Amino acid sequence: MSTLGYDIAHLLDGAVLLFSFMLLYQRRMSGLISVFALQSVTLAVVAAWGAYTRHAPHLYASAAIVVVVKAVLIPVALHKIMTRLGIHRTVDAAMSIGSSMIAGASLVALSIMLVLPVTFASAALTRESLALALSTVLLGLLMMITRRNAVTQVIGFMSLENGLILAAVGVEGMPLVVEMSIAFSVMVAFIIFGIFFFQIRERFDSLDLPYLESFRGERR
Amino acid sequence: MMVELAAQVAQVAMVLCLAPGLTGLVRLTKARLVGRRGASLLQPYRDLARLLRKDALVAENASWLFRSAPYLVFTVVWFTASLVPTFTTGILLGPTADLIALTAFLGSARFFTALAALDIGTSFGGIGSSREMMIGSLAEPAMLMMIFTVSLLVRSTSLVDVAEILATGELGIRVSLLMAAVALVMVAIAENARIPIDNPSTHLELTMVHEAMVLEYSGRHLALMEAAAMVKLLLYISLIGCLFIPFGIGSRAEGISGFGLGLATYLLKLAAGGVALGVFETSIAKMRVFRIGEFLGGALLLGLLAMVYLYISRAM
Repeated sequence: MSTLGYDIAHLLDGAVLLFSFMLLYQRRMSGLISVFALQSVTLAVVAAWGAYTRHAPHLYASAAIVVVVKAVLIPVALHKIMTRLGIHRTVDAAMSIGSSMIAGASLVALSIMLVLPVTFASAALTRESLALALSTVLLGLLMMITRRNAVTQVIGFMSLENGLILAAVGVEGMPLVVEMSIAFSVMVAFIIFGIFFFQIRERFDSLDLPYLESFRGERR
Repeated sequence: MMVELAAQVAQVAMVLCLAPGLTGLVRLTKARLVGRRGASLLQPYRDLARLLRKDALVAENASWLFRSAPYLVFTVVWFTASLVPTFTTGILLGPTADLIALTAFLGSARFFTALAALDIGTSFGGIGSSREMMIGSLAEPAMLMMIFTVSLLVRSTSLVDVAEILATGELGIRVSLLMAAVALVMVAIAENARIPIDNPSTHLELTMVHEAMVLEYSGRHLALMEAAAMVKLLLYISLIGCLFIPFGIGSRAEGISGFGLGLATYLLKLAAGGVALGVFETSIAKMRVFRIGEFLGGALLLGLLAMVYLYISRAM
């Protein structure tokens, strides 16, 4: 692969990471969903670029799956759920936006420090994109921890999964079977989440998860 | 030497002539996008000419500081704008165009604006300058982080060197540069008092920042303050252009032969920047004042991340 190919691949990986930060920064529910959709589109471009530069046509399939499932189906469904449940208000975070951004930056540094010594023998492209992918995964986890609302936690989970696909695309690309099964399990998980949303809503009149805690005997 | 001098003189004149037109372009874009016809591109020139003809009213308790600040601010901003390479890097003052010095110049312009706003003792001036200082204290670290990243990459803080090396494209596309570019755009939005940080066309008491500071000015003083703001906008777009999209800019070695292409691409970049700013401002709502910290904190973080990432990719 040419150096320009490498550079563009890294740039796109970096863009996926930037969108993760935007997810952490975003406060409005609808904004979150569109940023997530943008991140998925960028991820699809990463996969397609990998397919083009490395002559790996199966990655085109990955890109197509990502676009259809994560950039169209899931965001549209989330929007529908939002309007059905009538949640348009801003997201309340357990941690202030500023401190979660700082935590995010330290997680990026951590993942880079973690990946570099382990993958000393690998090619530079793999190492850098692996570091970026791990950061995306950790940022998704951070988002799940710091947000109180069920919908935002689900978006955190989905962006975490975006990070996993990023890692897979960056290394060698995963077998199509695995790819398909992951896509479907994400879909299934999403459907289950959707059912849960309605159940939680019906029971507690809110999607804020702290309400559940008293039923697990954690508080009060 | 003569060519460089001519280029410098041309640039000094050009930044001043183009700046109101750029502001007019941004306003026109915004007007068109919301379905109005909008004033022509020449309207800012007419406004400035009208203000220059009018008498300057000065409050009774204004000191010399209030009267001299417009001249100081305008001169500093104009001078700084003539240092940033626009169509060619081969300008006479090019070697003095240090990125850190550039930030310091802009910081001193901000300082005098805020000081003059406090001088009269009105409450709006106080609100404006305290907010401006808050924005400045958050934007400048982000700006410096961005500068450090670019300078570490190129191994020079001279704007001319940076632009020439980046224009050759031998460094390739870097993730750090992407992050630094986003950080600079965010800082530029804050520094130029654009939406979402501040609304340049509002006089609503609770939200204005820059307008609150220049509220007491009239006549030629106001004209100078407004012209300074316009030149500053042009300066930031030129800076973004010469750091992150330096293609087509004439180099020192090319001399006079690089002027034509440089000028054409520069005008194109300027127009693209103006339209993009108009579209961006239309599509976004103004932020609450207390969220500015998060916005600029994000810019600082991006600058920091760019630098961390730069060290990592070096180590590989």
